Amino acid sequence: MGSIHLAKVTKSFGELTVIPSLDLVVEDGEFVVFVGPSGCGKSTLLRLIAGLEDVSSGQILIDGADVTRNAPAQRGLAMVFQSYALYPHMSVYKNIAFPLRMAGIDRTVIDAKVRGAAKALNLTDYLDRRPGQLSGGQRQRVAIGRAIVREPEAFLFDEPLSNLDAALRVAMRLEISELHHQLKTTMIYVTHDQVEAMTMADKIVVLNRGRIEQVGSPLDLYRKPRNRFVAGFIGSPKMNLIDGAEAARHGAAAIGVRPEHLALSLDGGVWKGTVRVSEHLGSDTFLHVDVEGVGVLTVRAGGEFPVHYGDHVWLTPAPDKLHRFNEHGEAL
Amino acid sequence: MATLHTRASARLMMAPSVIVLFAWMIVPLAMTLYFSFQRYNLLSPDEHGWTGLLNYTYFLTDPAFGDALTNTLLLVGGVLAITVVGGLCLALMLDQPFWGRGIVRLLVIAPFFVMPTVSALVWKNMLMNPVYGVFAWIARTLGVEPIDWLADVPLLSIILIVAWQWLPFATLILLTALQSLDTEQQEAAEMDGAGVVGRFIHLVLPHLARPITVVILIETIFLLGVFAEILVTTGGGPGTATTNIVYLVYSQALLQFDVGGASAGGIVAVVLANIVAVFLIRLIGKNLDR
Repeated sequence: MGSIHLAKVTKSFGELTVIPSLDLVVEDGEFVVFVGPSGCGKSTLLRLIAGLEDVSSGQILIDGADVTRNAPAQRGLAMVFQSYALYPHMSVYKNIAFPLRMAGIDRTVIDAKVRGAAKALNLTDYLDRRPGQLSGGQRQRVAIGRAIVREPEAFLFDEPLSNLDAALRVAMRLEISELHHQLKTTMIYVTHDQVEAMTMADKIVVLNRGRIEQVGSPLDLYRKPRNRFVAGFIGSPKMNLIDGAEAARHGAAAIGVRPEHLALSLDGGVWKGTVRVSEHLGSDTFLHVDVEGVGVLTVRAGGEFPVHYGDHVWLTPAPDKLHRFNEHGEAL
Repeated sequence: MATLHTRASARLMMAPSVIVLFAWMIVPLAMTLYFSFQRYNLLSPDEHGWTGLLNYTYFLTDPAFGDALTNTLLLVGGVLAITVVGGLCLALMLDQPFWGRGIVRLLVIAPFFVMPTVSALVWKNMLMNPVYGVFAWIARTLGVEPIDWLADVPLLSIILIVAWQWLPFATLILLTALQSLDTEQQEAAEMDGAGVVGRFIHLVLPHLARPITVVILIETIFLLGVFAEILVTTGGGPGTATTNIVYLVYSQALLQFDVGGASAGGIVAVVLANIVAVFLIRLIGKNLDR
């Protein structure tokens, strides 16, 4: 129904190669998140799939059919844009109905579909309003409504939550995940926020400079990052990466240990350090500990941990949770 | 500007310019109003005095007045139609990426910088002249009888000349408006299955509603007062074929030396301009409220 296959897809703008040859399979019904730092080519990749950009070479298959040369509208995909891209002079109703009107569908059918989508998205009271009169979250829902009425093969989301405030972002994240479970349609979601990726995805694609660094389920990437880039990108707060003598002791060019895999003690341990800034959140305590010969490490302690600036603590890394990397940054 | 104090001082600061502008407007208007009720002809300056509404009666019952009114409306309407439709087409074209776009844009804007008298003379002598004009040459090359533009279709000729001058203005305003159209909206419409025509009707035109209103309002203000082009080409003729209200007032004042009658005509022109303005604001001004 909605499997997407990218075969040796490349994209260059003039001299600049944004995406060197790339292969990727998105299974039907999967929620796939493209994640990476800004400028890594994730949005470009999404636009290639949507057909808003032409591929320089390679093939894009949807349900096995080659759509590489098809116009965006013929690919049966719906897209939600970062700016929502609502039509400002049309009411919410007309915005949602627009793709159906363009497809020449009967008015009564359109009406039923629009009202159904509005009901599902809690927009019924706002159908006569213009986008300018809505809040950010409501606009986002209108954009989603406009996408779902088309009953597409797959949904494409281009950083849809980046214009919302933190609380709303969490709420919309849940709504989109909920929508995915209801519709069971393929979704491809682009974000630079690894928390969104971890919480929503069935499968995460980590991109860096147009290349796929690793593909896998969120916990796969968390447990077994293939290289330093993925290790540093996935997980919050970031993994502590330690070079030099300490790494050599473990037979690696660099070792990585996540803040939650460092045991804290006031009495004794492997590394002795001085507490710098400590962030007390109640549920967690994040300590920045300066360890001589190792550097500043971030440590997560569950619950409350009463230390302050300048106090001395001992740190012990969990031996089975230690990540080792060779000189090329690849995991050993 | 929040407190009463700052508001009061703001008014005080603005007062000098407001007063000067108001005087600038009201003194000539009051003088014109005064003269329009006077018998005052420069050919017989000693006969003057109060005449009541006689100047107005003469002006409004002048058979040339009806023609002038029709001509004014035809001129304004014709030029508006050409510049809005033509400007839209040019703007859409200039918004596309093509080789040499910068130079083409410059060329399209150029007519706006040519003085009205100069451009009218160029059109009259170089383009529309029935003997050695470019149009006549083209017609003869094609084996057709050349048209004597300013004698056979004088009003159309004036409309063409004025439209040529105002086309750049419309193009410029509409082009900048087009460039402010959100590309993500265009792409969303593309994904929603809207073709080129669909995007133009549902996205581009509504987006341009406001700038088009601005073009119509501003052009109307200036087009009601077209004068130089008529003076240097047809002189209002043949007969009254190209006489508009402004030209009629001119001929009253400076060809017949009737200051009183011309003042009455001036007041009539002001009233007419205001009627047109009210209609325009009613019809399309609501676009500006958004």
